Amino acid sequence: MSSASRHDEKLVRMANQIAENLGSQAHDDAVAAVAEHLRAFWTPKMRRQLVDLAAAGGEGLEPLTREAVRRLAV
Amino acid sequence: MTLIKEVDYGTKLAASATMVTLTIDGEKVTVPQGSSVMAAAMSMGTAIPRLCATDMLDAFGSCRLCLVEIEGRRGAPASCTTPAEEGMVVHTQNARLAKLRKSVMELYISDHPLDCLTCPANGDCELQDMAGAVGLRDVRYGYAGANHLDGAKDESNPYFAFDESKCIVCSRCVRACAEVQGTFALTIQGRGFDSKVSSGGVDFLSSECVSCGACVQACPTASLTEKSIIEMGQPEHSKVTTCAYCGVGCSFKAEMQGERVVRMVPYKDGKANEGHSCVKGRFAYGYATSKDRITSPMIRAAITDPWREASWEEAFAHAAREFQRIQAKYGRDSVGAITSSRCTNEEVFVMQKLVRAGFGNNNVDTCARVCHSPTGYGLKMAFGTSAGTQDFKSVEKADVILLIGANPTDAHPVFASRMKRRLRKGAKLIVADPRRIDLVKSPHVRAACHLPLLPGSNVAMINALAHVIVTEGLVNEAFVRERCDLAAFENWARFIADPVNSPEAVEAITGVAPADMRAAARLFATGGNGAIYYGLGVTEHSQGSTMVMGMANLAMATGNLGREGVGVNPLRGQNNVQGACDMGSFPHEFSGYRHVSDDATREMFESLWGVTLDREPGMRIPNMLDEAVAGGFKGIYVQGEDIAQSDPDTQHVVGGLEAMECVIVQDLFLNETAKYAHVFFPGASFLEKDGTFTNAERRINRVRRVMAPMAGLADWEVTLGFAKALGVDMRYDHPSDIMDEIARLTPTFRNVSYAKLEELGSVQWPCNEAAHMGTPVMHVDHFVRGKGRFMLTQFVPTQERAGPLFPLLLTTGRILSQYNVGAQTRRTLNNVWHGQDMLEIHPFDAESRGIREGDLVALTSRIGEVSLRATITDRMQPGVVYTTFHHPESGANVVTTDHSDWATNCPEYKVTAVQVRRTNYFSSWQDHDRETGVSLRRIAREGADAAE
Repeated sequence: MSSASRHDEKLVRMANQIAENLGSQAHDDAVAAVAEHLRAFWTPKMRRQLVDLAAAGGEGLEPLTREAVRRLAV
Repeated sequence: MTLIKEVDYGTKLAASATMVTLTIDGEKVTVPQGSSVMAAAMSMGTAIPRLCATDMLDAFGSCRLCLVEIEGRRGAPASCTTPAEEGMVVHTQNARLAKLRKSVMELYISDHPLDCLTCPANGDCELQDMAGAVGLRDVRYGYAGANHLDGAKDESNPYFAFDESKCIVCSRCVRACAEVQGTFALTIQGRGFDSKVSSGGVDFLSSECVSCGACVQACPTASLTEKSIIEMGQPEHSKVTTCAYCGVGCSFKAEMQGERVVRMVPYKDGKANEGHSCVKGRFAYGYATSKDRITSPMIRAAITDPWREASWEEAFAHAAREFQRIQAKYGRDSVGAITSSRCTNEEVFVMQKLVRAGFGNNNVDTCARVCHSPTGYGLKMAFGTSAGTQDFKSVEKADVILLIGANPTDAHPVFASRMKRRLRKGAKLIVADPRRIDLVKSPHVRAACHLPLLPGSNVAMINALAHVIVTEGLVNEAFVRERCDLAAFENWARFIADPVNSPEAVEAITGVAPADMRAAARLFATGGNGAIYYGLGVTEHSQGSTMVMGMANLAMATGNLGREGVGVNPLRGQNNVQGACDMGSFPHEFSGYRHVSDDATREMFESLWGVTLDREPGMRIPNMLDEAVAGGFKGIYVQGEDIAQSDPDTQHVVGGLEAMECVIVQDLFLNETAKYAHVFFPGASFLEKDGTFTNAERRINRVRRVMAPMAGLADWEVTLGFAKALGVDMRYDHPSDIMDEIARLTPTFRNVSYAKLEELGSVQWPCNEAAHMGTPVMHVDHFVRGKGRFMLTQFVPTQERAGPLFPLLLTTGRILSQYNVGAQTRRTLNNVWHGQDMLEIHPFDAESRGIREGDLVALTSRIGEVSLRATITDRMQPGVVYTTFHHPESGANVVTTDHSDWATNCPEYKVTAVQVRRTNYFSSWQDHDRETGVSLRRIAREGADAAE
């Protein structure tokens, strides 16, 4: 696996991990919480990369993560 | 400059609010009820002669020197054991008492070597003082009778010697070991004339002694003496400063001869330690003057080049040129910095200021990232601020102590002693830890419950405890109604009451018997004041933050917050972890835990600093390393941290460092990270600078310079020098100026100043308009965030799983005699106790692999392999192995993975799936590390290489 692929895989893994841990809230609250967490703690570049990954098909992104990433994109 | 001597009342003044007034030698004196006559006399300045009494210990009444006369009472009672009473009339001096005392002293001196002039205690000997005080001029019994003058010497301990011939068998050492330290390593062996102090029939080094120094401090003669005193003689001046080791932050008197430390003596008025110490703070300070210290700045173009010594100006200019070149070529965000929990608040503050105002980004992080960052996140979410709730003294009021993922007798020994005192008085202890740590069962301490949970199952366990409390009707509803967000509570209660969280349901995950978990939950909820103490066994997991919130939930549900004896209390690893976090070291926060996107806060900083600041969070340490490997992060300034040894997945860390174009390391030594550095700024030890540390109880304590910086500059001055070369205007004349700026910009520090610290000795934040004297206990009437917030804490298993290839779980931790990466303690005689990292393994796991005690074994995970020696112990549970990371050649972090806490990226050090097998060779990484340990540390000067 190239270092770029590993980097992408790690971003997806970390984002999914956040979603999984915040996912026990009501759905809308969970989506908002994941998006807010990414805004509060991830650099703009990491968020952009995640948005780009989602736009490119988002392989590996869990449904809740995808929804939260969509909110980042707007 | 003078030698600081605290007042010794002989026995402690009682804590009672009821006062009694008595007359001593014609003067009226009022003291708290329960105080002794001796303490009452001392409180008016009258020192009654004594030998077996000291106010660190309970009264003993054996030496018979402190006799007094009390009107209306027969005989001459011992003043140390006689309580002061209302209306009592006491005489401490008259002819009869003088005669009695002189007789007692004659007996002592008749069996004591009269070598005062050459005795190491000369000038600091209570026996000598008492002989003077009673006017002893001759000894009627002579010196020819039976005696102990040929008593043996025990010099086995590296730091102190025991000379039996000088012992007066006052039992102060024995009592100090029992009452102060709680180890019970010493005893009085034999009876009558044959009585002598014994370390259990073996020498001190082989005994249970933990070398805390309490016995040495208590000894009134030269019987127990520091070897440094024997070698150097008595100190002539001292300054009070703060220990540079763990998060207890003990106050010490640095006792000096000129600029040489003679000894470090725990300061009785220090509120974190109240006169106690451990082997590290008390004795392991020799690293500060180690021959390995690098005292000249150094630079090199490539890490394969030898280092070249440079002037400070040249080093600053070179580093600045490199960072400016990198930012010009790769962009503003291509550089960053790591602050240190071993540096002062002031040094940390100027580091993060340099990054935000100088580098123009928020790429600053701190070593708390890899230890207690989940504490910051979790407690802020639940309570509104990122700090423990209590002072250390609070444990004296606890009735049930829930200790999770912490081993304080090794990692926070002075607090452990305080905790053990409370346990000996009847408080109950619940230990949740995969290992049978010492506190589960040690002399006079036995845990009511030990929950030996499997690594990675903390959240399942805390949920199960909460489940029992909710479903069995043990919630403190009055507290929850008054203090907490009710909607959040009800949501949480529904979640936690789900049978999926019951002890029975999670047994397969935790490995803990449901009945034990139910018993522990009931005890915590109903046993009186319940206090939670925790360590890195909580935070260093993929659900570290969730676990912190789970503990906060438990404390709120049981009403255990907002008063003494309760709370949620992180035991911080390094001395200034709390302070480094407080000072704005995290990439998303300014000092005082305010997010960088908060416009009002940012504008306040911008206004004072005269620059525009970034409103977006910067990179965390793992982000920096990932981005370096990816090619976008090229320069880092690392102050007082050794990420190549301490951070997980060593090969990834090294890969990141190797990918950078300018790595600046500021440290005392050429550490592992420095092998990959291009600029080396020599650091200053805690003895060489002024500043403050903030300990785990939010206590801000002064650090005071007792010697000049070996490299000429204190660490804060180095950062300022680099900043100046970068064209960043940061001017301060003294660390107190930096603290003034911190206070101006940080609401919780608003009233903190060096003048305040001189006045109070120390102060716990918040210290501001609302709390002029600081805040020992937080959240008293309301939480910082208003209502306490129950958080949902769903258990999510870690992705790091044991399996057929890696069937064991590795967890890592610390040992008493060594500290963190060992850079300090490995350069002291503490290596006597722990010269190498060992792999602890259960007898079953060892036998099934043919492993014998001391065998070299290969420890292999999915990402790496190292070899180290095995030690077989049933304090491990089958399936779990353990090691420390104090020695770089062990490479414990070569096998730990990049799994991390979901919220903070704190590494999951505590769960790594591994296999262990016998081997007869070291791993390829270890061979490579040995080679680079030499080749990447060469210094181009006469005399050749400097080894780390």
